[in-house]
Amino acid sequence: MSKANLPDTNGHFGPYGGRFCAETLMEPLDELLEAYERLKHDADFQAEYDKDLAHYVGRPSPLYFAERWTEILGGAKVYLKREDLNHTGAHKINNTIGQALLAKYLGKTRIIAETGAGQHGVASATVAARLGLECVVYMGAEDVKRQALNVYRMKLLGAEVVSVTSGSKTLKDALNEAMRDWVTNVDNTFYIIGTVAGPHPYPMLVRDFQTVIGREAKRQILEAEGRLPDALVACVGGGSNAIGLFHPFIDDEAVALYGVEGGGDGIDTPRHAAPLCVGRPGVLHGNRTYLVEDENGQIIETHSVSAGLDYPGVGPEHAWLKDSGRANYVAATDTEALQAFHDLTRIEGIMPALESSHALAYAAKLAPQMDKDKIIIVNLSGRGDKDIHTVAGLEGITV
Amino acid sequence: MSRIAQRFSDLKTNGRKALIPFVTAGDPNPGVTVPLLHAMVEAGADLLELGVPFSDPMAEGPVIQKACERALLHNTSLRDVLAMVKAFRQTDSETPVVLMGYMNPVEAMGYQSFAKAAVESGVDGLLTVDMPPEEAGDLVAALLEASIDPIFLLAPTTVDERIAKICADASGFVYYVSLKGVTGAANLDIAAVEHKVEQIRRHTDLPIGVGFGIRDAETAQRVAAVADGVVVGSAVVNCVAENADQPEKINEAVCSLLREMRQAMDD
Repeated sequence: MSKANLPDTNGHFGPYGGRFCAETLMEPLDELLEAYERLKHDADFQAEYDKDLAHYVGRPSPLYFAERWTEILGGAKVYLKREDLNHTGAHKINNTIGQALLAKYLGKTRIIAETGAGQHGVASATVAARLGLECVVYMGAEDVKRQALNVYRMKLLGAEVVSVTSGSKTLKDALNEAMRDWVTNVDNTFYIIGTVAGPHPYPMLVRDFQTVIGREAKRQILEAEGRLPDALVACVGGGSNAIGLFHPFIDDEAVALYGVEGGGDGIDTPRHAAPLCVGRPGVLHGNRTYLVEDENGQIIETHSVSAGLDYPGVGPEHAWLKDSGRANYVAATDTEALQAFHDLTRIEGIMPALESSHALAYAAKLAPQMDKDKIIIVNLSGRGDKDIHTVAGLEGITV
Repeated sequence: MSRIAQRFSDLKTNGRKALIPFVTAGDPNPGVTVPLLHAMVEAGADLLELGVPFSDPMAEGPVIQKACERALLHNTSLRDVLAMVKAFRQTDSETPVVLMGYMNPVEAMGYQSFAKAAVESGVDGLLTVDMPPEEAGDLVAALLEASIDPIFLLAPTTVDERIAKICADASGFVYYVSLKGVTGAANLDIAAVEHKVEQIRRHTDLPIGVGFGIRDAETAQRVAAVADGVVVGSAVVNCVAENADQPEKINEAVCSLLREMRQAMDD
């Protein structure tokens, strides 16, 4: 049986996913599901989405052969899927364009979003500006501090950025606060969730909007090499760029899939953001999935140098791909990611986001173990401009 | 008959409505909770809702969020909460206690072990705000086997078909969330509540409790006129918060609010 035809009608990926949320949101989620199922097959909607991807986002994004880096690594050929070249600098816009169109078709006048690194917030503020919608972005107070540039970008775009001071003051708390806003303003508000998590249908629809990454990559690698790759590598916070790349390859069993979590100080320490590597199943933010939690079911504060990976949960489809053995989940530490950040910048002249640097760090381990005729595609999910302050700060440099 | 059903039946016989205060267990410290539960019964509470602290209380307004944070400073766990109920039961075998919280602590404990431990502690019902009936099959089975009532929420957005389905799974009572929003919000529309409660009554004979946004004696009185029970959360927790630095004053602050509500509801 195909592993690619999930979720079932109730939003389950095996035992994961589903819809665990306040009763007030159940009916709005049903409305969203109905609208999405209808529009998914609507020619006008699809044409508008495709047109926006081509002319606003700038798709298709290139599949770039990193020749020099490949040579230095001395093993498999490494290709980079250049999502960093999208408008707003990351894969996030593939999804926000799609959800903003849904909001428009549903007649909603206000959009809300949560953001960690700020990339999804920027992408949401961008599409809101373009459609003339009111936009409120929830961001943990800690992230507001470490991603000041993106906060200012969102404000320039006309969005209101709400600094969330509850809990651990990071992405999970921003998500809590966005849910509270949505349950209060559900009549006129569309909640653009930024990753493949949350209650059904979000993990499905965000994935569907992101699979453009994998569909393009498949076509591009067939053009470039005449065959499918041997491995795909992508970083996993909530997991939207990874599922976007993986999903069109799920039935191609010969293609190995590697999701790379934020290893922080190391997954054998308490400071990491790696639920798939060392967490266990539970219920948070509307779905059942792997979580970083204590023995009493309280969610533990996570740590990653990358704000976009600093999240205690993960999309339910990844939980399912892990249990089914179809995908492998590993972690890269802060130190390894920073090394990859520098390497790609110096060797290829491409500055990757710290999130994507985790995928690059694992690819740098994997490639030398593979023969030179093997092929790896790494999802370069975002560009690193937003992280320059973080990197400089860690190295004691004031910019 | 379960303690919850018995209590509502007695109230009905006496022509009274249930006053159901909510406090977060372990707020502001674990020693406060059991004496506070007894004091609330003394002040006129008919059922007690005891909040299980959770790190990510998505449905709560700021008042109950902070209560969770205070309780978690002392690592108040679900097992600790069960121990509090057990201590409460030493001297009160009649007042129903409903645990209210989020799924993950129950998931972490396991449905069977939770249900077994809960019934042994004297818990009567469980309400988890992020567990709709669609996902609750196994949980409901475990609860019913242990004779614990699964309490479900109904919301302003819940349509007739769902009301029927939810009421079929519920026992004890059903809890109508009186507004679109988080706990402690201010914009309660009594006419809309009355309309919805009538709609729910067409689907069930279970008592209907109404909560979210009931802040004072006046709103308690008006809601009691249209429902079978009045749940008061943030207003009570606010009395705890205001006295968090001087816990010896908490019981009197809470009880004085409850006595006002009790009197207004009984008038």
